[in-house]
Amino acid sequence: MRALAARRLALVLPTLLGVLTIVFLFVRLVPGDPVEIMLGEWAAPADAAALRRNLGLDRPVAAQYVRFIAHAARGDLGDSLAFHRPVAAVIADRYPATLELAFAALVVAGLVAIPLGAAAAVRPRSALDRIARAASLAGICIPTLWLGPLLMLVFSIGLGWLPVSGRGGVAHLVLPVATLALGMAGVLVRMTRATMLRVLAEDWVRTARAKGAPGWRVVMVHAFRNAVGPVLVVLGLQAGALLAGAIITETIFAWPGLGRLVVEAIQARDYPLVQGCALAIGATYVAVNTATDLVAHVLDPRLER
Amino acid sequence: MRRGTGLAIAGGTALLLLAVAGAAAPLFAPVGPYATDLDARLLAPGPGHPLGSDPLGRDVLARVLWGARVSLAVGVAAVTVSLTVGTLLGAVAGYAGGWIDEGLARVIDVLLAFPGLLLAIALAAVLGPSLANVVVALSVLGWTGYARVARAEVMALRERPFVDAARALGASPARVVVRHLVPLAAPTLLVQATFGLGGAVLAEASLSFLGLGAPPPMPSWGSMIDDGRAFLLVAPHLVVVPGVALATTVLALQLLGDGLRDLLDVRGAQR
Repeated sequence: MRALAARRLALVLPTLLGVLTIVFLFVRLVPGDPVEIMLGEWAAPADAAALRRNLGLDRPVAAQYVRFIAHAARGDLGDSLAFHRPVAAVIADRYPATLELAFAALVVAGLVAIPLGAAAAVRPRSALDRIARAASLAGICIPTLWLGPLLMLVFSIGLGWLPVSGRGGVAHLVLPVATLALGMAGVLVRMTRATMLRVLAEDWVRTARAKGAPGWRVVMVHAFRNAVGPVLVVLGLQAGALLAGAIITETIFAWPGLGRLVVEAIQARDYPLVQGCALAIGATYVAVNTATDLVAHVLDPRLER
Repeated sequence: MRRGTGLAIAGGTALLLLAVAGAAAPLFAPVGPYATDLDARLLAPGPGHPLGSDPLGRDVLARVLWGARVSLAVGVAAVTVSLTVGTLLGAVAGYAGGWIDEGLARVIDVLLAFPGLLLAIALAAVLGPSLANVVVALSVLGWTGYARVARAEVMALRERPFVDAARALGASPARVVVRHLVPLAAPTLLVQATFGLGGAVLAEASLSFLGLGAPPPMPSWGSMIDDGRAFLLVAPHLVVVPGVALATTVLALQLLGDGLRDLLDVRGAQR
């Protein structure tokens, strides 16, 4: 286990370096002059020169790269052009909102989908199973960008039960979380059901039943414990989809998080901020995937192979 | 009937209908997708405009039908590019092994460290809004899925006797990969591509929703939903109609993919 953790953590640094490299290349791949794109064609030459210096674009690419990595390692991501503040500070302001939204969606999706998928697998082809499968298909196929406005139409504008947008108390969370959680729940129901079906067909499940273990015990203790590892891996892998969905969801509900920030930064052509957001989201994703891997191994040591 | 046949037929039929509706759009729509009529703004569905009109008095039915062209064309183009590049790179890496394989795996790891949509958004933003750029943005990440599948399939097959036989007969590595190994990976790649098309259609809509896809006034389901958001109260059909089209397309592809997976008995591909 310890060896595995070391091996897995050793992979994190090269991956993060790769993420940094892509983020670095991103601005350099812009066709044309990034400074001109950011400031517009008619910017004063002095402003353009200052920005070029600020971004380090006046040096050779290799030197820029080393400087970028060195600064990023110290948490210095440059200054945002739109906010006139350090990029790291702007991101730190917005990060908790995205974390709150994504975590709430993760918990809701998990709490709804995992029991539903497991229950569906216990009685395949039952009414419950059919409902679960239809619901999961709907969850997978209803796009976030459509679900958000629809929920807003029904619950905020139509019924007036919930606020239209913004961040505040629990009421503000309901619609964005529902929007973000549905797609993930759809995938989770599917995966939990498939995994439980496979596990329930194992010989040792039959043995447990033959020994006279009560039905609920076979399902909960024998089968579910063995299914939880793969389900958890899916949960972790879905974190990427969740962060991507957050970009759309936050835009719809004016949620002041990273997703909306990256869209604002793109619209403002604030490339240092775009870089910072991409880096923050990429790093979060890498961290979640690594943590998922490790937890899955703790829960199911057979994965060691 | 074999398992999966019903799903595949249902999904395939729906997809075909959508494609025909898009291709024959001028036959179904009363006017073109760009024709504005400022006397007929924000009309609810009714005679003259079967699915209503938008803030510029454009016909929503026409825009949804033309939007099917945009959606499917971008999706098919992105999947074709991704599938070709991914299959070639993955097959070569799986066959060659060693540092080539290791290098490819690292590149894929790094690309997958970004949520797909984020990378596409960043690229589309840098390249500017156009359909060709959407295809590029989706393909930059899209090929990795096919590369993984092709690599795994080729690695599982490359030690088989028929590969040795082909080599013994003097087949070049390129011939072994292209003629003997890739065809055997085709069913898995086909299923993956079906799910991939659904993903690409969704991603195009997402980019257009954020203003980074189809340039206005081109009709795209994503940008139609975005434009309609401001009129939720007075004209909900502006959001509902393109959303139904988008969800139906994704559903059709999901059913087709599920059906094909059962029919072809494919395990590796997944959405």
